[in-house]
Amino acid sequence: MAVCFALSDTPIDPAAEQRHLHDPRAGGYAAFEGWVRDHDDGRGVIGLDYQVYSELALVEGERVISEAHERFDILHARCVHRHGELAIGDVAVWVGVSAAHRDAAFAACRYVIDQTKDRLPIWKREHYTDGKSVWVNCQRIREEAYDQAIAR
Amino acid sequence: MAPERTAAHGVPPTGPTVTILIRYFAVLREERGRDEELLVTDAATAAELYDDLRERFSFSLPPERLRVACNGDFVAWDQRLADGDLVVFIPPVAGG
Repeated sequence: MAVCFALSDTPIDPAAEQRHLHDPRAGGYAAFEGWVRDHDDGRGVIGLDYQVYSELALVEGERVISEAHERFDILHARCVHRHGELAIGDVAVWVGVSAAHRDAAFAACRYVIDQTKDRLPIWKREHYTDGKSVWVNCQRIREEAYDQAIAR
Repeated sequence: MAPERTAAHGVPPTGPTVTILIRYFAVLREERGRDEELLVTDAATAAELYDDLRERFSFSLPPERLRVACNGDFVAWDQRLADGDLVVFIPPVAGG
């Protein structure tokens, strides 16, 4: 099977990615684009960095795509994830799935983005308007450690 | 870079030792202050290795919040370590 999961340190071009999905049997495609937003959990965000364990992310990403093919009646599925520094509005992740019928395309697209977020070794450091930054999902632990450090 | 011993409290390792390449990501990289290192350890499993590292470097994340990969794929915490293994502890991910 062709390589269907990719990492990119340059801007994602959705139109170029969509061409990987073309197929005369396809009745359409569903796509999801994740964008960098200017807030998270009530804090203003000015940008973020993604760090990736590339070797493992590529292996696990291909597994997710393979699972989508096993679970849904689809033709082509593709996912591209950014790494490096991103600004507000940048495309962080793009998922596209073509299928004969829309139900499978929507369901598989949802599956790929959900599994990508849950399983791939990709980390996001958010930079906030107040000058602080944290690794998302490690935040609570980090702030506890920080509180302990300043309490000593 | 000379391999370091990871025995707790300066006690020399008693079991057989292995040399492990460890790569760090995200909060672990920040707390360790480096991307990777070679370590000589008497840890027999991935779980024991993280215990060693946590004691030595005061990592904030408990193992319950991590996954572990060995030689490029996810493994169980009771994975036996072999000389030359590449081990990566995976902090909570945040892709997408």
